[in-house]
Amino acid sequence: MKLRKKLLAVGLGFGFMVTSSAMAADTIKFGIIGPHSGNLASYGLPSVNAAKLVVDKMNAAGGVNGMQIELLIEDDECAPEKATNAASKLVSDGAQVVLGGICSGATIAAMPIFKDAGVLAMSPSATNDSLTTSGDYPNFFRTIAPNFAQAPPMADFTMDKLGAKKIAVIHDKGDYGKPLAEGAKAHIEKSGKAEVVLFEGVTPEAVDYSAIVQKIKRSGADAVIFGGYHPEASKIVSGMRKKRLKAAFVSDDGVKDNTFIKVAGKDAEGVYAAGPQDNSDNPLSTNAAAEHKKAFNSDPGAFFDGAYAATTVILNAIAKAGSTELDAMKKVLQTEMVDTPVGKIKFDEKGDAIGVGFSMYVVKDGAFILAD
Amino acid sequence: MDYFIELLFSGLTRGSIYALIALGYTMVYGIIGLINFAHGEIYMIGAFTAFIVATVLTIFGFPLLAIVILAGLAAAIWASSYGYTIEKIAYRPLRHAPRLSPLISAIGMSIFLQNYVLLAQTSEFLPFPELIPDWEFVEPIAHIIGTTDIVILATTTIVMIILTLVIKYTRLGKAMRATAQDKTMAMLVGINVDRIISATFIIGSSLAAIGGLLIASHIGQINFYIGFLAGIKAFTAAVLGGIGSIPGAVLGSLVLGLTESFATGYVSSDYEDVFAFSLLVLILIFKPSGILGKAETQKV
Repeated sequence: MKLRKKLLAVGLGFGFMVTSSAMAADTIKFGIIGPHSGNLASYGLPSVNAAKLVVDKMNAAGGVNGMQIELLIEDDECAPEKATNAASKLVSDGAQVVLGGICSGATIAAMPIFKDAGVLAMSPSATNDSLTTSGDYPNFFRTIAPNFAQAPPMADFTMDKLGAKKIAVIHDKGDYGKPLAEGAKAHIEKSGKAEVVLFEGVTPEAVDYSAIVQKIKRSGADAVIFGGYHPEASKIVSGMRKKRLKAAFVSDDGVKDNTFIKVAGKDAEGVYAAGPQDNSDNPLSTNAAAEHKKAFNSDPGAFFDGAYAATTVILNAIAKAGSTELDAMKKVLQTEMVDTPVGKIKFDEKGDAIGVGFSMYVVKDGAFILAD
Repeated sequence: MDYFIELLFSGLTRGSIYALIALGYTMVYGIIGLINFAHGEIYMIGAFTAFIVATVLTIFGFPLLAIVILAGLAAAIWASSYGYTIEKIAYRPLRHAPRLSPLISAIGMSIFLQNYVLLAQTSEFLPFPELIPDWEFVEPIAHIIGTTDIVILATTTIVMIILTLVIKYTRLGKAMRATAQDKTMAMLVGINVDRIISATFIIGSSLAAIGGLLIASHIGQINFYIGFLAGIKAFTAAVLGGIGSIPGAVLGSLVLGLTESFATGYVSSDYEDVFAFSLLVLILIFKPSGILGKAETQKV
């Protein structure tokens, strides 16, 4: 008896889902997936703000193709297992396009679900190579340059600008940090200008990294390249300074986050980090930042420009294609150049943006500034 | 040789960090046979309390020593009130329930507290102030061991000695041992078992809070999630040393810390956990009750 009641409830649930997606025609459902809570929330929340700004502007001007845009926001905490739930929720709520995911690992977990539903997803931040190079996800696009474009400049900067001859490459064993570290290692070895003296992964969230710091010291490295996120980076760099190790610390755009400077404090000074190219001379970027300041009374955070650009190109594609049908939108994305805060961009057939790259930044007096 | 000594002290520091948390696990298990999974969260709450108090006192311009002592006291009191309350609402009503029930209740408390701090405080990493300044005489050996490392090592040693003495020689300690051996019999000879169990939670929680202050000031950052992995590692250490035994918890923590440190130093940090947990499996195969644990029959 009880079982039958349960079955009935499940059946009713499905019934509701069907009706809710059938009603989707009235508005364009714009999904957002990313970490909005948890320790990486500072990567995800700026994208929500960016989408809100662009969408509010569009809606006020009459929407796209005469339809208003509705935001559906789901939190994945950058955790792959939560990302699959969040993605399924978005799909069943009728999302037609998605901004996100933010972290590579979570995005890889969510993509098959979006792919099966024929939903276009565009990330402002997921840099894992295979998302585009594998060809598995024809519905995936991104407005940030991938790792394979990030690792060589990091390695070149360390060898040429810092003049490092012995480099220790460390990573956090994750989907984002490890391929990046491998890319940097391969690039250094190929160039022959420096030697990789140590290549190792550390356990994220450990209480103490002094053993790996001692190992870096013994390796005689004059620079450390770290692939990973800011919590580990700040623990390792603080540990290095505590053990009086002066080697330069070069990291990626997972570290180029103001939380890193706040947490690492004075140890952050002089740390180099790659980040999306400097857009400060792009008026669209400064305007977007001003809009953010006006609406939220604060400066925009990480990946804001990329998310703003992604929202803009997605909405443009919907308008030009006249629908949210994947192939029609793809065609627009791949052929039409759009002016965005990250520059004038279109996409190659794999989904990477043409016209975006990385710059190197350094922490000086508590802020990231361009390194050259 | 230098490298060996550096790794040795890395391992000892890491071990002492685990030990400060592992002591609370082992005390509670010793008395009521419960694995208090919320213990890692008590440590996290201690660190947050210390952070808040220290920040406020710094604004008022208190001297550093006063800040450390007051923040430590506040953290210990606040965290033990949490420990006391958790025991009262989540474990005491389940004391005569099957052993699995309080275990699930403990996991529930752990998740509850994490999310409570996430919502009530913040999801972001907060920079923990450096409460233990660099002493000058440490400078020549700073590449081997820092000031915080020395303080952590010393605190763990002192705490372990005091706890062992308390349990061996005081009335409270005797009552604790009696409760651990046989609750019904302890009641018959006039021991207030409920109060003894509360006292155990209070002592264990204060230790975790002190640990929270020291460890957070060692790694320089806190967030709502720090208790989870630290708690798992400390729990592992307590099992390794023989859960229920105080010197066992410290020994197990040091063994775990040293294994991780030497594995990183001489093999690769990629395999740090592989070595640590292989060691755990090996020790438990040959000595199921842990290094210093007493063989127990019938429990579980």
